Amino acid sequence: MYTFSNKLRLGSFIAMGLGFIFLVIGFMSAPSTVEEAKAMVAVHDDGHGGGHAEAATESHGDQGHGAEASHGEEHDSSHDEHLLSQLKNRPWSALYVAAFFFFMISLGVLAFYAIQRAAQAGWSPLLFRVMEGITAYLVPGGIIVFVILLLSAMHMNHLFVWMDSEVVAHDELLQGKAGYLNPTFFLIRAAIFLGGWIFYRQYSRKLSLAQDESDDNTNFVKNFRWSAGFLVFYLVTESMMSWDWIMSVDPHWFSTLFGWYVFASMFVSGITVIAMVTVYLKSKGYLEDVNNSHIHDLAKFMFGISIFWTYLWFAQFMLIWYANIPEEVTYYVARFQDYKLPFFGMLVLNFVFPLLVLMNSDYKRINWFVIMTGIVVLFGHYLDIFNMIMPATVGDQWFIGLPEIGGILFFGGLFVYWVFTALTKAPLQPKRNPFIEESRHFHY
Amino acid sequence: MASKVIQALYNDDDVLMHAVKKVRAEHHHIEEVYTPFPVHGLDKAMGLADTRIAITSFLYGCLGLTVAVVMMNFIMIEDWPQDIGGKPSFSYLENMPAFVPIMFELTVFFAAHLMVITFYLRSRMWPFKKAENPDKRTTDDHFLMEIGLHDNENELAELLWETGAVEVKVTEKES
Repeated sequence: MYTFSNKLRLGSFIAMGLGFIFLVIGFMSAPSTVEEAKAMVAVHDDGHGGGHAEAATESHGDQGHGAEASHGEEHDSSHDEHLLSQLKNRPWSALYVAAFFFFMISLGVLAFYAIQRAAQAGWSPLLFRVMEGITAYLVPGGIIVFVILLLSAMHMNHLFVWMDSEVVAHDELLQGKAGYLNPTFFLIRAAIFLGGWIFYRQYSRKLSLAQDESDDNTNFVKNFRWSAGFLVFYLVTESMMSWDWIMSVDPHWFSTLFGWYVFASMFVSGITVIAMVTVYLKSKGYLEDVNNSHIHDLAKFMFGISIFWTYLWFAQFMLIWYANIPEEVTYYVARFQDYKLPFFGMLVLNFVFPLLVLMNSDYKRINWFVIMTGIVVLFGHYLDIFNMIMPATVGDQWFIGLPEIGGILFFGGLFVYWVFTALTKAPLQPKRNPFIEESRHFHY
Repeated sequence: MASKVIQALYNDDDVLMHAVKKVRAEHHHIEEVYTPFPVHGLDKAMGLADTRIAITSFLYGCLGLTVAVVMMNFIMIEDWPQDIGGKPSFSYLENMPAFVPIMFELTVFFAAHLMVITFYLRSRMWPFKKAENPDKRTTDDHFLMEIGLHDNENELAELLWETGAVEVKVTEKES
């Protein structure tokens, strides 16, 4: 049995506390009037490279489009209000990005776990308890994301412009989409997705623990069937989730492979966290039977899925960029103009770095190498989510400051606390998994 | 110069693996093992050095990438400047995304083909080469271990029979 080390527990509490304070400061310092917003931008402009006015018109493209066209002459004042809403959105976006990021890690691990179960993989059963520990965060993480979506639907923030009936009234495209994109149906879908994922997670965990105590393999077989069924449900719902929760912040823009792209991001982040938690537990003397071949396999997945992510990212980008259709290409124009550093930095962190560092097969077996690459990859995929949400919600007013760091600290702390608490609940090595011997002797 | 070798035949890969480990433990130098299929872990048991083909593959990939960059730069930018995707920048860097598929494919193409050719040459296989395997049965269901002799014929034969060989013979080998 694993015992949660006091140092780590304390660390997670400190992170949560600090993150909470940062987030509160972020919310408090958001402007509430147009004058305040203008004053803030005036102060910031020096450091921000100026050029606000021209950049903002570009990033408007999507959101206030309908509203703007009808306002023509009042452009100036509507522009200021737009700025206010961007600045008000910033702490909410920071909260949402971090909440979604850590939730997505546990969802990615759940998918990986279900694949191992459905494929009856022989190498991985030793890591099942680690994966189950990480997926435990699905419950609080999912509920938090749902609450944020609920607050958006209650107009506490403007993350999703299509939720604003004022905007929809002036926007023919959004009116056409209203049958699907309306707050009620949106929340019902979110509840169905989360309900299904959490149900599978809890039930599979129950079967997994029951298998340890039983004297036949019925629980194992049942788990296999549920996992295969879950994967079908997951592939459909994950895709729809990515349209709903992420793509709809740019409600005019769409990409047909967006679901896969988000999936690749969560899959590689999840696998990275499995590897990092495994290496951590091994360094503390747990998981004696996990050998460096297991780590090698996880690192191979990190390497492979990083490249898969890049492939999808590029496939999406190239088609839209060279098709050059105005309502589609603005998505990238906004990112090229206002998000140069996070946008291209993310490519370096998520592609170039893992490609070069994890290419050598010997390096995949070196623990500190895997941890170091893991940290870089996780940061890169945080930036990926950041780049998906921020351009639509805060435009060129982005910055990685207190609310963003606070979000990472708070949810990171909660994630660590919840995952490691779940790890203490059951022995780290499954006893009666029929493949446990194969996994123990896994050697490459 | 012809050298004397002893050859032991086995009909099971597990027996062969144990035999290889035992012979190595007795400090005899195994010259070669002929098998009808790749035996997992045999290279490690024989103490062969790790393959360096991965390094050559990386270098060939770099070569392919360079060829692609130089080629596309010449064709699409210098020789006959093209307006790609309605973005007439005429700079390689700004048009680079359009060339990524070509850069990728040529990297893979060079790495794969040159690696295979390197592998054949390094294994000393080329067209019209006479087969090296000393016994035709090694292409079917037998495994053959070959050890160089240094006036220790009887001692080695005894050891090989002990390891479960189905046949042991001494022959001259051209080399």
